[in-house]
Amino acid sequence: MAATNKKYAKPVYLVDGNRTPYLKARGKPGPFKHADLGIYAARSLLLRMPFEPTEFDEVIFGATMPGPDEANLSRVVALRLGCGERVPAYTVQRNCASGMQALDNAAMSIASGRSDLVLAGGIEAMSQAPLLFHPKMVSWLADWWAAKSIGQRFRVASRFSPRLLTPVIALLKGLTDPVVGLNMGQTAEQIAWRFGITRTEMDQFALESHHKLHQAQENGELDEVVPVYDARGNVYERDDGVRPDSSLEKLAKLRPAFDKPYGLVTPGNSAQITDGAAALVLASESAVKKHNLPILAKLVSTEWAALTPAEMGLGPAHAIAPLLKSQRLKIEDIDYWEINEAFAAQVLAVIAALKDKDYCKQQLGLRSAVGEIPADRLNIHGGGVSLGHPVGSSGARIVLHLAKVLQQKNAKSGIASLCIGGGQGGAMLIERSLS
Amino acid sequence: MSTVITDWHSQRDDDGILWLILDQHGTTTNVLSISVLEQLDSLLDEIDNNPPQAVIFRSGKPKGFIAGADVKEFLDVTTTQEALIMIKRGQALFSRIAALPCPSVALIEGFCMGGGTELALACDYRLALDDAGTRIGLPEVKLGIHPAYGGLVRSTAIINPLKSLELMLSGRNLTARAASAMGLIDSAQPQRQIERAARQIALSPPSKQEMPLLGKILSLPGIRNLLAEFMRKQVAKKAPRQHYPAPSAILDVWANYYGNSKRMMEEEANSVARLIQGDKVRSLVRVFFLQTRLKGLGDKKSFTPRHIHIIGAGTMGGDIASWCALRGFNVTLQDREAKSLSHAFKRAHQLFGKRLKTTAERNAALDRLIPDINGDGVAHADVVIEAIFEDIDAKHAIYRDVEPRMKPGAVLATNTSSIPLETLATVLQEPDRLVGIHFFNPVAMMPLVEIVKTESSSEQTIQNAIAFTQHIGKLPLPVRSSPGFLVNRILMPYLVEAFTLYDEGVAAEAIDKAATDFGMPMGPVELADTVGLDICQSVAENLSEAFGIEVPAGLKKFVDSKQLGKKSGRGFYQYKKGKPIKDKDVDLGDQKMIQNRLIFRFLNEAAACLQEEIVADKDLLDAGIIFGTGFAPFRGGPMNHSLQQGVESILQSMTEYAGKYGERFAPVDGWSLVADKS
Repeated sequence: MAATNKKYAKPVYLVDGNRTPYLKARGKPGPFKHADLGIYAARSLLLRMPFEPTEFDEVIFGATMPGPDEANLSRVVALRLGCGERVPAYTVQRNCASGMQALDNAAMSIASGRSDLVLAGGIEAMSQAPLLFHPKMVSWLADWWAAKSIGQRFRVASRFSPRLLTPVIALLKGLTDPVVGLNMGQTAEQIAWRFGITRTEMDQFALESHHKLHQAQENGELDEVVPVYDARGNVYERDDGVRPDSSLEKLAKLRPAFDKPYGLVTPGNSAQITDGAAALVLASESAVKKHNLPILAKLVSTEWAALTPAEMGLGPAHAIAPLLKSQRLKIEDIDYWEINEAFAAQVLAVIAALKDKDYCKQQLGLRSAVGEIPADRLNIHGGGVSLGHPVGSSGARIVLHLAKVLQQKNAKSGIASLCIGGGQGGAMLIERSLS
Repeated sequence: MSTVITDWHSQRDDDGILWLILDQHGTTTNVLSISVLEQLDSLLDEIDNNPPQAVIFRSGKPKGFIAGADVKEFLDVTTTQEALIMIKRGQALFSRIAALPCPSVALIEGFCMGGGTELALACDYRLALDDAGTRIGLPEVKLGIHPAYGGLVRSTAIINPLKSLELMLSGRNLTARAASAMGLIDSAQPQRQIERAARQIALSPPSKQEMPLLGKILSLPGIRNLLAEFMRKQVAKKAPRQHYPAPSAILDVWANYYGNSKRMMEEEANSVARLIQGDKVRSLVRVFFLQTRLKGLGDKKSFTPRHIHIIGAGTMGGDIASWCALRGFNVTLQDREAKSLSHAFKRAHQLFGKRLKTTAERNAALDRLIPDINGDGVAHADVVIEAIFEDIDAKHAIYRDVEPRMKPGAVLATNTSSIPLETLATVLQEPDRLVGIHFFNPVAMMPLVEIVKTESSSEQTIQNAIAFTQHIGKLPLPVRSSPGFLVNRILMPYLVEAFTLYDEGVAAEAIDKAATDFGMPMGPVELADTVGLDICQSVAENLSEAFGIEVPAGLKKFVDSKQLGKKSGRGFYQYKKGKPIKDKDVDLGDQKMIQNRLIFRFLNEAAACLQEEIVADKDLLDAGIIFGTGFAPFRGGPMNHSLQQGVESILQSMTEYAGKYGERFAPVDGWSLVADKS
């Protein structure tokens, strides 16, 4: 068994962080590759640091589908950032929680005393996801290259059919569970049905997400976002998936995207396909002292949980409940919450599950319901539905933004949590000392 | 006869390969001096007596194969006859290399220019090191001549003439890979393979490089002449034959004598012997030495900045930033809001796309260029350059903000061209760290940077600014803080004279023709349009206070009606796709008078600057003017030009013009210094 209190064994501090704007995929590869986004997020952050990039002990980013020329994406980012040749780097993958996984790895490394300064975060350029040759086409090509004589070539050529050229869309493969055969949207339909969540509730949640994000943008409450520039000199300063003009009527007109034609989950109440990256500096107590670093928050404990892939959207409930328990906290003790909005239905189902006595008893092994997360303390500046869910990046983004919210509100504790394709959930508790 | 061998090491290894290693004593760079060539001649005698398996030429210097012929030596040549003797001796020697009974290999590491490349071409095989420092070229045209040791003959014999001629006509140099792709060398190899490759080729020689089929076709009689004619026209657009005869001479030798290599060799020698006569080559050699002098200023090692912070992302600030990033520095670029940086990033992408070949290099340059709205880069910067609009209060506000956050020892520089540095320094706690680092537009094209020192700038600051300028590959020119510094100050009377002529009714085309016929790269009217008439007006007004120059009314009219030149599509000329529409049938007027009025203003102002010690001496003045304004390089700068023409006769004409056209032509006192030979 793990240590009883499940806290990081030594203090782990979040010093500071930045992210790129989340840029909605427009049906073709966007202007930035994975590494470009990571570099934009990290460069301006490093400028604020009093130490040199070469002083990091390691660099850890999460990503689900790095490009073929950047398989160990973190190493590419570290080198291009000027961390030098001697800073090791690795890339982690836990689907939608890859960015949070990177923070957890960094935190464990600091807590164990192995590292003092770690650059960690999450990166995803979903628009760059490749089209793949179908395995049958790959076999055909192998035969073609192996064919030497004209006769052999003729025989191979005769087996060609245009159907072989139909590409495999890597992104869709990635968003479909290979074990239960459901795509992510269908798992959201599944839990919406289980908890009786209506289309109107979903659309209402989506609408509020857009309004909250728009307000936050107008009020300058997203100061962790840094501008990025493409090759034509276009600047991207804001999350561009936001729709301040959205309305229930407009949302109601959208057709179901996954369980056609009777389902409830539409593009309007799902997270957007988006490109983006977040980068955070984590430090040990001695590094904080040595470089006189500011402290944004302290990472206290992280919980990972697993459940049936068919209901992956309930993952946060499965991670939050034991996290609260191990830290001897109640829902009321937590000041602010960030739960990644993969689907409006899925967040609503998590809330429903945590206050459902039967679910808590049967599925979470508790004696009573966990309680109700107050709506006005949850995702107060919007979430995946309005700003997008660049899969590997979101986990890092919600932790960073939660810390920023605690700072803005001068609050003490927060939990960031997300559901994970494949049937898992992750939750991280952070705290800051009140000023 | 025996020559003492002091510059070559010859070593025979176990395989019987003779390594001829050039390590010229007393220098850091090998050049083909007469003595080096004589020693080689006697080494070849030994080879004839006792032939090795193969010969490999290599340099003993850590950087650089052979930088070319000894430029100083050919200034000593005074007659065509002497030149011819010297050239033929070199040709004969290189022909001996070509005729060696054993295989010969040139192993090129680092710089290989002119005569060095010709020596390599005389070898059977050429290998070059595939690294960042290796450059190969035939840059003789830059000195007003062309290859004379068989380089013209041998390069056009094995390389497609479109490529070999272009190489010689442009004088540009190539990386090892580019040289290999062109066929100038056989192969580019990394350090880990190059010695093995040289041995292998020497011991089991592959077939020698041959002219590709397309090259053979293009070199056929008739086709060859058409091609030469076409290229002559292309070349004349950039370098008129009357001023730059060398490029056409290359084409003449090739078109007329290709196919008969013995005759072509003779004509190659005759052609260069003819070119080497007269003032032009001397002036161009002078320019070469002036450039070398500027490159030698300061001590690069004494200050090695890594991070440059630039405030102001306008065209100047943005271009300085992308240039520094291109040259390998970490750069933070600051402006008031994110949108203000867009233009700079667009131009940076264009610059990197043009100058850098691989995606990795482009990415690296872009990664080094960091947008920095908050100015966090100041704390990391070794050099902070302020390049905002010309406003004293705005600049003061920036200095107050920036100075306390700067690293100790970091340089604070301003790119101002019109505000006295003394005024800017008043708000600083440490005024001695302020220096002017004045770039010219377009930054990527203009080689010169003025380093402006005030009474209060410390010597350390100046030296650091010079070292920084060297690091970014620009030529530093130390100038005194005085309105317009050197370049703008000298240009302005010349431009104003052009505007005055225009106001008098002389056509813009006639004014520009007089200037380009003199050898200016661009006429003053087109130059003003290109710079922007609003900018000209503000510089002129700024200088008019200091020097009493009257800004012609015509200029103001253009600016008031928003006709700002090239950028607005209309100025003195109308612009179509960025090119001025010029009337070919315009009345050219009295070209001699126009030219004199333009040039006299130029020369007179130069003399005034000399007198006021804006720069330290005549050579630096010429250097500044040539590299800052493009002043006819073959005339060697205004000082050199005046001396070549005769100061007496220039002063006489100027006095005459003063009577006719106004007191502005009256020679200033500084002319006594110009005439002073010391």
